[in-house]
Amino acid sequence: MHPIRRRRFILILISLASVACAVALVLSALGENLNHFYPPQEILQGKAPEGRTIRVGGMVVKGSLKRVPSSLQLTFIITDFKADVLVKYAGILPDLFREGQGVVVVGKLLPDHVVMAEQVLAKHDEKYMPPEAAEALRRAKKI
Amino acid sequence: MFNSLFKYLSRRFHQWGSPKYFYEYASRWLPWLAFFSTMILMFGLVWGLAFAPPDYQQGDSFRIIYIHVPAASLGMSIYVFMAIASVVSWVWKIKLADMLAKSCAPLGAVFTAIALITGAIWGKPTWGTWWEWDARLTSMLILFFLYMGIIALRSAINQREIAAQATGVLALVGLINLPIIKYSVDWWNTLHQSATFKLLEKPAMPPEMWLPLLISLLGFYCLFAWLVLFYTRNEILEREAKSQWLRAQVLK
Amino acid sequence: MRFTNWADFFNMGGHGFYVWLSYGVTFILLLACIILGWRRHQILIDRIRRIAEQKNNASHS
Repeated sequence: MHPIRRRRFILILISLASVACAVALVLSALGENLNHFYPPQEILQGKAPEGRTIRVGGMVVKGSLKRVPSSLQLTFIITDFKADVLVKYAGILPDLFREGQGVVVVGKLLPDHVVMAEQVLAKHDEKYMPPEAAEALRRAKKI
Repeated sequence: MFNSLFKYLSRRFHQWGSPKYFYEYASRWLPWLAFFSTMILMFGLVWGLAFAPPDYQQGDSFRIIYIHVPAASLGMSIYVFMAIASVVSWVWKIKLADMLAKSCAPLGAVFTAIALITGAIWGKPTWGTWWEWDARLTSMLILFFLYMGIIALRSAINQREIAAQATGVLALVGLINLPIIKYSVDWWNTLHQSATFKLLEKPAMPPEMWLPLLISLLGFYCLFAWLVLFYTRNEILEREAKSQWLRAQVLK
Repeated sequence: MRFTNWADFFNMGGHGFYVWLSYGVTFILLLACIILGWRRHQILIDRIRRIAEQKNNASHS
């Protein structure tokens, strides 16, 4: 290889590596501030700040959804199977909100690990399924 | 060993990198690529829109997957391709590689934009929000800005050589964003679900759902191959406008 | 076929707006890529033709 070319090649590699390290560091610092959610267990461990807008994600416990009659107010419990958190919300739930399904709640943490939600987002996984298959699965589980 | 590999690559690149050689091949391939990409895309998308089953939770809004996933995948692949072309043009001083890199930038930006827009439209009925500053969505937006930055940088520098080097450096630096996009859904607790297609793993959906997706993915890649050859041929028409062989080709 | 009639197909189970908006935007953006590339191609070909004509005229006169 031509010495000048080789030097250029090595120079590229070194600069690339150093820039990559720098960007990775910046992004990991930034990642702390990105909107990721806390699972209920971390809420109970006190890892989430009180009084600031945070996100809590987990599965809605079956049978936990309770509506206050003749209003939009409701409560439900979300779980990560290690801990539970009670969520209070006033508003319209997304179409995909279902008990037994994942949600991400945007809101403020009140004392006693209760979350006052401003927004409820439905989370889904990458397991897509035709309705017939889901129905068959449901029936198989019942038997 | 490193030296002989380098020499071998140099020889290959210089042969492929000849604009004349490329122009002839591209012109021959373009009509076929146009034909196949349209056919495959039509087939995959009609299948996805009308024949594939809906999702048991999302219903028919799930059908957006047939453009969202291919566009997002292309947005990232084009970036890698562009960065490789930049390195080749820089190390081996091959003009054609720079023309390829230049043609990639607007196409990559368009496919990334499609992924972002269809993602937002899909997010509204499923998640309940158009946009969330989630790690996956944010890193994808950064990818779009990287493309825009590369396009802007190139148009800001008049000297072709310097423009090629500067955009090449930017493309290489931005490469770090790709693993972040890819693994953002695993590293952080994101609203976005995990990857639909994983290497070495069966997709978590039945074949009547992933087969049309695979076909439309193939169609999108063919469409990109067509567009990038088309754009690069335009680039040759611009840069080699005064050369004898090109005039002979055009006036033929 | 998952839909029994055209109205159902366009309605997409109530999600028609989202589905057709995504497909529409994608179609328009991709079409724009093709048209812009094609127009640039025409302009560049015309330019090369002009250069060739000028050369021709110069050599004849």
